[in-house]
Amino acid sequence: MATIKCPQCGEEIETTGIVTVCPQCGTDLREVMEEVGHARAERMKTIARDDSVTTHEFIVRTRDLRKTYVMGEVEVPALRDIDLDVRRGEYLSIMGPSGSGKSTLFNMIGGLDKPTAGRCFIEEVDMAQLDAFELAWLRCRKIGYIFQTFNLIPVMTALENVTLPMIFAGMGTDEMMDRGRELLELVGLGDRFDHKPYELSGGQQQRVAVARALANAPAIVLADEPTGNLDLQTGKEIIDLLKELNESSGVTVISATHDLKMIDVSDRIVHIRDGGVERIEERADLKLEIGTLGSEHVED
Amino acid sequence: MLDVKGLARLASGGAEESIRIQKQMALPWKDAFRISVRNVTIRWGRAMITASGIILGIAFLSSVWTGAVIQEGLERSELQQVRELAEATAGEGAGEESAEAVLAAARERAAARASRQAWLVIMSLLVCGVGITNAMLMSVTERFQEIGTMKCLGALDNFIVRLFLIESAVLGVLGSVLGMLLGHLGMLGIFAIRERSLSVAAKMDWGDMLTYLLISVLIGTVLSLIAAIAPAVRAARMRPAVALQSEI
Repeated sequence: MATIKCPQCGEEIETTGIVTVCPQCGTDLREVMEEVGHARAERMKTIARDDSVTTHEFIVRTRDLRKTYVMGEVEVPALRDIDLDVRRGEYLSIMGPSGSGKSTLFNMIGGLDKPTAGRCFIEEVDMAQLDAFELAWLRCRKIGYIFQTFNLIPVMTALENVTLPMIFAGMGTDEMMDRGRELLELVGLGDRFDHKPYELSGGQQQRVAVARALANAPAIVLADEPTGNLDLQTGKEIIDLLKELNESSGVTVISATHDLKMIDVSDRIVHIRDGGVERIEERADLKLEIGTLGSEHVED
Repeated sequence: MLDVKGLARLASGGAEESIRIQKQMALPWKDAFRISVRNVTIRWGRAMITASGIILGIAFLSSVWTGAVIQEGLERSELQQVRELAEATAGEGAGEESAEAVLAAARERAAARASRQAWLVIMSLLVCGVGITNAMLMSVTERFQEIGTMKCLGALDNFIVRLFLIESAVLGVLGSVLGMLLGHLGMLGIFAIRERSLSVAAKMDWGDMLTYLLISVLIGTVLSLIAAIAPAVRAARMRPAVALQSEI
């Protein structure tokens, strides 16, 4: 939430758009608010910039990202000073055992939670500086989310689920319906528009979720254990779908997972252990490793 | 199975379109209303359980008021009879005296009833308040995950609040009307059986009755709206990560 400081008495005031004078000393705040509004407009321009003209190599960067949960008296560190650079258009897997901090990292990158310390940049914009509206804007248009539990809205049909983010983005009804149908057809659910989530299998629900994540043509697709609730074959199909998307449209895919099937398709794999980055593997290295693994064992 | 080219075009949003910087974030009332009403109609059973708090509270309130109006009607007609009797026997001093006594007794009874009724109305309002608050709290907390998901999809806090307020208004009107009918008809039935005739309906003041019924529906609706505000605002303000993790 954005707050402004009264130049006269230093009182912190939330920018609700209703208050124009400082409640403490009565100073006129309109000038300060205008400055804040201007800064926000500038930030909006940065995050709303068309991808094709952006030149940042890294779409997501984290610096000393730390998250500590307070449980009663005890402080539990979930992330310890994570430095991570995600390249534009890559397929990145975040691997690690459960409780290693994968999901916490996912939440930070997705702007779903606030870090205790450190920074997280999307398109070089520090997320800590964004107010509620800008964060919602970012979640709506820049990031598509896919969850382990699918998280479709249970009372809505597949098509309505896919078009919901488009409603939020202010798209017209006809355009929205067309795009929704097209997306569903593309994920192979052309005959399931009017099915409710409970009428669909797990794999089909996850496909709807993938279509929904693409609703507003995001730059990043964030997937938190997308195959965790699926059987082997269906999980493979979802992974292939994500990979196809990544290759065909250049959308950056960041996936928290402990599914080894992900290794094959990932450009890079970040191994997380106890809230820290253990090591980062490039796919090129990985293939080499697998290739030489057998012979090493023989020599051993 | 996959149309890769189409996928690419869709995922990149059509280049010419994405050049336009779109700042708008919106949840039109039309869509909000559609979503909220759908939530009530599709989870009909669940909605009725939620609404039962409202139904019972308002049934209590409307039955108290119906009872009062019927009593009043009965007493008025009784008094009318006494008066007519007194007029018929006018000139015979004894009759007038007894009529006076009956009238005084009736006034006393009316006063006692008024204070008892005020007490009952207060009680029923309390029942309404507790029932409705509980109902609304439940209907919000059981959907934390859904709220978290919506926020991930780009819903602003006020979208969430708007959805829940519309839903609670729909539930409030529905529950209040049902409760009002239940209480009213129930009380009418009880009196009809006690008096062994349907004349109670004819004897009461329907203008008063309708006013009271309307007020009870209004109270139910307003109470459910008020009761929904706090949990809805709280839920809307939750960080999505927290909302997504909560399990009910």
